[in-house]
Amino acid sequence: MLTKRIIPCLDIKDGRTVKGVNFVQLRDAGDPVELAKIYSDEGADELVFLDITATVDKRKTLADLVTKVAKSINIPFTVGGGISTVEDVKVLLGAGADKISINSAAVKNPGVIDEMAREFGSQCVVVAIDTRNMDGIDFVHTHGGRKPTLLKTQAWAKEVAERGAGEILLTSMDHDGTKSGFANELTAEISSALSIPVIASGGAGSMPHFKDVFTFGKADAALAASIFHFKEIPIPELKEYLIGEGISIRK
Amino acid sequence: MKVAVIKYNAGNVQSVLYALERLGADAELTDDPEKIRSADKVIFPGQGEASSAMTYLKSRGLDQIIRDIKQPFLGVCLGLQLLCEHSEENDTQCLGIFPVKVKRFIPENSQEFKVPHVGWNEIENLAENPLLKDLPDPKFLYYVHSYYAELSEVTIATTHYIHDFTAILHRDNYWAIQAHPEKSSTVGEKLLSNFLSI
Repeated sequence: MLTKRIIPCLDIKDGRTVKGVNFVQLRDAGDPVELAKIYSDEGADELVFLDITATVDKRKTLADLVTKVAKSINIPFTVGGGISTVEDVKVLLGAGADKISINSAAVKNPGVIDEMAREFGSQCVVVAIDTRNMDGIDFVHTHGGRKPTLLKTQAWAKEVAERGAGEILLTSMDHDGTKSGFANELTAEISSALSIPVIASGGAGSMPHFKDVFTFGKADAALAASIFHFKEIPIPELKEYLIGEGISIRK
Repeated sequence: MKVAVIKYNAGNVQSVLYALERLGADAELTDDPEKIRSADKVIFPGQGEASSAMTYLKSRGLDQIIRDIKQPFLGVCLGLQLLCEHSEENDTQCLGIFPVKVKRFIPENSQEFKVPHVGWNEIENLAENPLLKDLPDPKFLYYVHSYYAELSEVTIATTHYIHDFTAILHRDNYWAIQAHPEKSSTVGEKLLSNFLSI
């Protein structure tokens, strides 16, 4: 039976792991390669590296980091943050990434999703969607969730799937950093409407939150950062709990 | 030990090379017929689309080289599908090493089953085979695919998604794995190290 995936997300700045609360306040949570290995050994099903460095030479630093990670772990991992061209993707896949995720660049130029899917295959193209509810309507946001767009989240999710995205990483900016649970309703709506997997992100604070997002939220995978980095919820314990709750999970 | 990883236009193979490196194998990505013929082991990786991969293999004469290989040979993911007889993906005639047809997953219920089949799933119904020796439990592998090989006489392990399908094939000196052993933690690592010991 196909299992639900638990995905720790490592925010990377200048080669170090950081995690912001509501994406603004950053704290240092260690060496990414070491952390990646620990998560892999603990039973994480996949990893996501989100690069938030804003310097010009970031691409090379990131590619070097990707190579180090790829050499040391044997579970799939995705790299995102500032990726906008087919060339960016080629460099990161060549360095050993399994998938890349694009966000703002896809909103700015949706055709790049088609291009990347054609060039590298849908299986390695994850489209990250940051969403925020404004007066009852879910709108896509870009630039780390700071900039609103006129795109409605549900319609955009459908479009990116049609253009060849292999998976959607859906982050609720309303829930991110709150530890009050995932955006189950919206996740379920999008997951049910699409044939590609949806990774839910934003709001994980307790083990039942994961159960809820896999059941009510119909998510295929759940992503979290700080609760894993600061060992608030150890992954082996989380997996035991979910198995006990009848969720299909890889031991 | 020299391992040739066949180079063709089929996706990212870097992680296969790293996985072999971790196991201490001397792996080289190559499309040089001589290097492929003289290697101790040959690995045929792949992601992507069947018909364009077949066209490329034929244009480089790699199709015949693969058919003539005498040493242990391992197809991975799209590599497994290309070693079969025919794929529904763009109605492609494949290499025909395994007398098996490749079909597309048709979800019975799109709410419950998505296509592609992405994530960790278990292998079951394991035959006695050197590739499957002493695999750790539970036997989860990482999958990403929309097409699958039907069950057949040369199936040596199955996985269930919508229905049972072929997880691993073996015939003569050819083995093939639908999942990505290079991304499948300790179980995948054991599959690769078993292959290197054949």
